[in-house]
Amino acid sequence: MTNYPIPDPATLVRMYEKMELIRQNDERAHKVVMSGRIVMPYYSPRGQEVIPSAISVNLTEQDYVCTIYRGTHDMLAKGVPLKLLWAELAGRVTGTCKGKGGPMHITHPETGVMVTTGVVGSSMPIANGLAWASQLAEDGRVTIANFGDGAANIGAFHESLNLAALWKLPVIFVCQNNRYAEHTTFANSTAVERIGDRAASYAMPGITVDGNDPDAMYGAAKVAIDRARAGDGPTLIEALTYRFNGHLLGDDGHYMDKQERQQAIAADPVARLRARLISDGVLSEADAEKISADITAQLDEAIEFALQSDYPTLDELRRDVFATELA
Amino acid sequence: MTEKMTIAQALNLALDDAMAADPTVIMLGEDLADNEEGGVMGVTKGLSTKYGKRVRSTPISEQAIMGAAIGASLAGYKPVAEIMLMNFTTVAMDMIVNHAAKLRFMSGGQTHVPIVIRTMTGAGFSVGGQHSDYLEAWFAHTAGIKVVAPANAAEAYGLLLSSIDDPDPVLFIENMPSYWTPGPAPVRGERIPLGKARIAREGGDLTIVSYSRMLNEALAAAEALAKEGVEAEVIDLRTIAPWDKETVIASVGKTGRLLTVHEATKPFGVGSEIAAVVNEVLFGKLKAPVKRLGGAFCAVPFSKPLEDAFAPHAQAIAAEVRSMLSLEPVE
Repeated sequence: MTNYPIPDPATLVRMYEKMELIRQNDERAHKVVMSGRIVMPYYSPRGQEVIPSAISVNLTEQDYVCTIYRGTHDMLAKGVPLKLLWAELAGRVTGTCKGKGGPMHITHPETGVMVTTGVVGSSMPIANGLAWASQLAEDGRVTIANFGDGAANIGAFHESLNLAALWKLPVIFVCQNNRYAEHTTFANSTAVERIGDRAASYAMPGITVDGNDPDAMYGAAKVAIDRARAGDGPTLIEALTYRFNGHLLGDDGHYMDKQERQQAIAADPVARLRARLISDGVLSEADAEKISADITAQLDEAIEFALQSDYPTLDELRRDVFATELA
Repeated sequence: MTEKMTIAQALNLALDDAMAADPTVIMLGEDLADNEEGGVMGVTKGLSTKYGKRVRSTPISEQAIMGAAIGASLAGYKPVAEIMLMNFTTVAMDMIVNHAAKLRFMSGGQTHVPIVIRTMTGAGFSVGGQHSDYLEAWFAHTAGIKVVAPANAAEAYGLLLSSIDDPDPVLFIENMPSYWTPGPAPVRGERIPLGKARIAREGGDLTIVSYSRMLNEALAAAEALAKEGVEAEVIDLRTIAPWDKETVIASVGKTGRLLTVHEATKPFGVGSEIAAVVNEVLFGKLKAPVKRLGGAFCAVPFSKPLEDAFAPHAQAIAAEVRSMLSLEPVE
């Protein structure tokens, strides 16, 4: 890691803004669901903010991202507009997908979020196809395939990494190892200690990095993205992180190791980066407060917009099944 | 003399013409490049030599094949993915059913998946229970995917071109034992629209609806019945989903009798859906209950006499028709 690039202060601030947005968005999602104002399955990404923030500052809007049901952090970091996101979470016609996809299927091609899947492991095979298209078109885009540690044990992982390496596709496989596959610990579901080591099986570079360390995560992402963009093929990044919450909202995570969880929450990466930026003199307290307040205002506006929007009309049942509306 | 062509040649020609006409048409699948002999049945022979990196052989990784096709289609390409055998679609069902078929709907129409999945199958090749199944009903049951099954060379060509043009995912079923059956050659460039059946033979006594290889068995049965004075109308469905209700209902409205014939097992099959719709629309006008013929309700067997008896054949179809018309069996 010694030779890995580190983010400059301005980049760190951009990363922090994304992380604070993800943190507050998560807080609001809990509130809105618990108050009954929106009914949705919600898979909190709290604790995993650094990963997509560090990746996204190395991407352009044209680069592609595939993510999973626990993916609002990936979407927000890539720039999916808050109003459209919240309207989709609320099942409204003004949502990214006219309310027809919902939280597990957010799609927003304008910001490169091409697929959000509710099936563990299924982001990877499709990410390869997007990357194959970029390779054929020579358009210089890269594709990020996000998935969790649970997905590293499904067949699609093996098939996808092998094909990507064989075809030298411009794709980066980002395993966000949050230590839990649903309710099962990493140790109880995975034979190897480091998923990053599995890259060797596919003759591609693999790295296991502290996914909650902004410098390390930025460096790993930048090296992998630059490599893919240069046409040198895929990389597997295992980003070690921790899922603060249970599998989904309503699951209190009582099966999780208490001490480990407390330690992880105490080391909240969002609070840590905020403190660092202030102590380094990059941001003042007032700057940090303003970032938070602006985000709060944006969230207020987005949630209000979502709740004021109409539901889709019932003829949407016949639309988008095929190109031609059903009779 | 009419020019003849095999189904395999017609498919190759359609792929060639589609790739020549549109640089976004790309292909992938196991063994399909010339380095791997242009497909296990030679259907894609010559295409990788002609179109280079647009035609790629893949590892034996059906999920990766389907995922790559789906992803490339989201980015503007029109991939034709080959899943060598229809039974192997089972290991890629997540990609096909949860993703290819649903992404247009779940994205609210922002993305769509214009792919063709070519796959071959069919009893008669002595390859037993995991290499021969017709599984079209599974896919026809799924919203968002079209299902096409040609019965001859001209249809193979014209339907494949339309399938590649289509903006939605199409599962394209090729019958393996009849790849080398010659038939009238297609007219170059002529497309057969999806969702339109063809009246393969006119008749007034009853309607037989079939597709793929069984269509030819139905036609043979109709010829035999004609010698007995029975005129069967034979409809070649060509597209299974969405199927051409209009043509089938018009025909059954005229004949008052319907027999469906397919190689897939009968329970919950395509014939069951057609029978149900015909009953809904024509209940009072039917002269006899709708009947269905399908493959035996077992895995496709290996032993030759069992395999030969698995799918309905012309004699069985003719016998069913006689029973529907309350005619005596003919020796």
